[in-house]
Amino acid sequence: MSTSKFTRRGVLKTGAVAGAGLALPTIFTSRANAYVNEPTGDTVTLGFNVPQSGPYADEGADELRAFELAVEHLNGEGDGGMMNTFSMKNLKGNGILGKKVAFVTGDTQTKSDAARASAKSMIEKDGAVMISGGSSSGVAVAVQGLCQEAGVIFMAGLTHSNDTTGKDKKANGFRHFFDAYMSGAALAPVLANEYGKERRAYHLTADYTWGWTQQESIQASTEALGWETVENVLTPLAATDFSSYIAPVLNSGADVLVLNHYGGNMVNSLTNAVQFGLRDKQVNGKNFEIVVPLYSELMAKGAGENIKGILGSCNWQWSLQDEGTKAFVKSFGTKYGFPPSQAAHTCYVQTLLYADAVERAGTFEPCAVVAALEGDGSSLDGIDSASNSGLVFDGLGNGKTLYRAADHQCFKDVLVTKGKENPTSEFDLLEVVEVTPVDQVWYEPDHPMFAGGDLGTCNNGV
Amino acid sequence: MLGLNKKDTNLLLVVLALTMLAPFILNPFPTGSAMAQFNAGYPDLMQRFVIFGIFAIGFNILFGLTGYLSFGHAAFLGVGSYSAVWMFKLLSMNILPAIILSVIIAGLFALFIGYISLRRSGIYFSILTLAFAQMSFALAYSVLTPITNGETGLQITLSDPRILGSSAMPDGSIPVTNLFGLEMRAAWDMAVGPWTFTFSAGYYFCAVILILAFYLAIRIFRSPFGMMLRAIKSNQTRMNYTGLNPKPYTLAAFVISGMYAGLAGGLMAAMDPLAGAERMQWTASGEVVLMTILGGAGTLIGPVLGAGMIKYFENILSKINETVLHGWFAFLPDGLEDFMVSIVYPFVGKGWHLTLGILFMLVVIFLPGGLVEGGQRIGRLFRRRGAKASGAEAEAAKQQPGE
Repeated sequence: MSTSKFTRRGVLKTGAVAGAGLALPTIFTSRANAYVNEPTGDTVTLGFNVPQSGPYADEGADELRAFELAVEHLNGEGDGGMMNTFSMKNLKGNGILGKKVAFVTGDTQTKSDAARASAKSMIEKDGAVMISGGSSSGVAVAVQGLCQEAGVIFMAGLTHSNDTTGKDKKANGFRHFFDAYMSGAALAPVLANEYGKERRAYHLTADYTWGWTQQESIQASTEALGWETVENVLTPLAATDFSSYIAPVLNSGADVLVLNHYGGNMVNSLTNAVQFGLRDKQVNGKNFEIVVPLYSELMAKGAGENIKGILGSCNWQWSLQDEGTKAFVKSFGTKYGFPPSQAAHTCYVQTLLYADAVERAGTFEPCAVVAALEGDGSSLDGIDSASNSGLVFDGLGNGKTLYRAADHQCFKDVLVTKGKENPTSEFDLLEVVEVTPVDQVWYEPDHPMFAGGDLGTCNNGV
Repeated sequence: MLGLNKKDTNLLLVVLALTMLAPFILNPFPTGSAMAQFNAGYPDLMQRFVIFGIFAIGFNILFGLTGYLSFGHAAFLGVGSYSAVWMFKLLSMNILPAIILSVIIAGLFALFIGYISLRRSGIYFSILTLAFAQMSFALAYSVLTPITNGETGLQITLSDPRILGSSAMPDGSIPVTNLFGLEMRAAWDMAVGPWTFTFSAGYYFCAVILILAFYLAIRIFRSPFGMMLRAIKSNQTRMNYTGLNPKPYTLAAFVISGMYAGLAGGLMAAMDPLAGAERMQWTASGEVVLMTILGGAGTLIGPVLGAGMIKYFENILSKINETVLHGWFAFLPDGLEDFMVSIVYPFVGKGWHLTLGILFMLVVIFLPGGLVEGGQRIGRLFRRRGAKASGAEAEAAKQQPGE
C-alpha cells in the first residue's frame, strides 16, 4: 500500500526530464576554447570588412584586391610580393602557423552601423580571428570598439583620423596608416615654402571624426607658420554636390581653399571648386590655391585634370623605388593590370604584419598577438623619447617603421605629393615633392590632439 | 487563454515556438558544409530578426490599422538607441533602465511629431513624417554632435561616469551590457553531430520582449480601440459625421507605434552599445515600410515575417562574393563556370538590393496581401485537396467561404 502512483507514463516522463537535466551540462559547452574563434581545423579565417558602396567604394575595392593578394602570398601562391623583402623572415608561404588562410568579405557601406553588423557576422558566424579593412575613420573607430569587446584583433585599413589611435585607441586595434597630425606636420612647411607665410585659408571639412581631426591638425600646423584661418565649414559625408559650399569661398577674402575631403567627396568638391574658377582667381594679390591634405592615386584619377599642381600628403606611393614597393607593385600589377593605391598597400602590409606577429607569438590568441605586435622594445634612430619603443621593421615600402607600443600607431616617413602637370601614363598622376623624415612628424602619445583615450587591456573574448 | 480567442492563441503559440526554437530552425545546415553559408542562426542576426520584428509590429499598429503611412519611423528607433546608450554611459550597464528610458523618450518624441503631423492625412502626413525624420537625422548627424557623436556614432568608453555601475572592469576593459549580471553577449554552444546551435542570452531576452510586444499587439488589434482605428482607415469622414473625433485615436496609435520603435532601438543598443545616425535615415524608415508590406500590412504576423526576410537578405545574400560563387560552380567547365558566376553575381553580394527589389515587385503584383497571403493560398490549396477526398468536408468548407 502506498500513496505514490507509479504509472508507466509517469515514470517515463520523470525519467525523460531527469535525463535531459543530467545531459544539459554536457551538451551545453560554454565556449570551451581558450579564446574567441580559436582555429581548430587546418584553416584560419580572416575577415575583410571594406566599403563596397558609398563615397569610399573605390578605395574599398582596391583594399579587397590587396587582401586577396596578401592571402595568396601567405598561402604560397604567386610570387610572394613583399614577403621577400620584409625584414622579418617568419613567413614561409605555408599559411599562418601552417594553417591555410581563408577569408570572408563584407560591405561596410561606409556606415558605422552596417560595418559593425558585418563585422559581427564575421566573428559570430564565420569564426574570423582577425578583422581588417575599413576606409573611413568613423567606421574604423566603431569596428575597433566592437573587436575590443568581442576579443579579436583589429588591423585598421585606411583610417587617417587622429582619434583611431588617439582618444578612441583600443588594445586590440592597430594602425599602420599615418594620421592627420602627421599630414599637417609634413605638409605645412611645404605649403609655407610654395605659397608664402601670409595666407588666409578657408576649410571645407567632412563632418566626422576624420574631418574634424584633419582640419584641427592642418589649422594648427599652418597657423604655427603664420597662416590665418578664415572659416571652417562642415559638410555631410554623404554629400555629392558641393557647389553651395564653394560659392561663399569667393566672397570670404580667403586665398587658399583646404579640402578636408576624401574619396568621392574630394573628387566632387575639387571638381566643383575648379568649375567655379577658383584656381584662375587672384585674391589679395596672390594666386588662389587649393590644398587637399590627404589624397590618393584613385582620387587623382577620379579628379582627372583638376588634380594637376595640387599639394597633398600620402602614406605611400607606387612609384617609390625601394625594394619592397617594387616587389609589391610588380605582383599587384601582374594580377590586376594596374598599380595599387595607398589603401591597397596599407591593407596588404597590415595582413602581413598580423601573420608575422602570429608566427612570432606561436598562437592566434589575441593577447599574445598584441604582445608580439607591440614588439621587443626596439626603437627608431634619431628620436630621443621614452615612447620610442615597440616593433621596428623594414622592407614594406615605407622604409624603417616603428609600431609604437604606447598607442599601436606606426611611425614612418611621410610623402608630400603634387598632382603631376605632365603625366606620362594614366597611372602616373602624382609626383613626390618631399619625403618628410619620421622625426619631423613624431609626436608623444599624450599630445593634446591624441589625449583622452586609454588602450585598456587586451581582450581574448572569454 | 490570456483573453485571446482560439485562433489568436494558436498564432501566439506559433510565434512562441518560432522564436524559442529559432537557433534550431535557422541553422538547418551542418557547420562546415557548403550550405552553411545560408545558416542564419548566429546571435547577431537572430537578435536583428526579433528587434526588427518588434519595430515592424509597432509600425503595423499605425499603418495596418489606421492606414496612416509614416515615412519617418526610423527617427524613433534612433532616438531610442541614443537614449539607451546615454543610460549606459551615465547610469549603469544594466539594460532595463536603458530600455525603459528609450521607450519613454521615443513616446514623448512621437507625441510631439504626431501632434503636428496628424493635422494632415494621406500623402501630406507621409511627407511631414519624412521631413521630421530627415530633420532628426541631420540633427543627429552634425548639429547635435556633442550628444550624438555625429557620423562616428555614440559609443561607451572607459571614461564614462556610470554612477550606479563601474566605469571600467577590474581588468581594465569596458563593462558589457547585462541584465542584473547576465551578460547579453553570453552564449552557449550545443553540438549535435555535425550541427552546432548557439544559444545567446541577448537573443532570448529580445525574444521574450518580442512575445510580449506581439501579445500586446494582438490585444490592441482585437480591442474596441483597435476597431476604432480600423474605422478610421475605412472611412474617416463617416466617423467625423457620426460625431466621433478620430484625432485622439490616431495620435494614440502613433505614440504607441513610436514607443514600439523606441523599444526596438533600445534593444539594438542593449545588444550592441553603439548608436549611429544612419539608423534615422530615410532609407531605414523606408525599410520598415517594405517589411510591413512584404509580410502583409494589417496582419499580425506579416510584419515579423517581412522583417525576417529583409534582414536575412541583407546579412546572408550580401556576403556571397565572387570567390564563394566560383566555389559553387567549380564542378562546371571553366568557360561555363565564369558564365554562371557572371550571371548570378549581380544578384548577390552588393547586388542583394536588386534581388530584394525583384522579390518585392513579385510580391506586390502577385500577392497583394504579402507573404501572409501566400501562406494562406498554400494552406487553402492543401485544404481543397484534402476536401476532394471526402465530400462531406467539402460541403462544410463551402459553407465557410470567409476564411
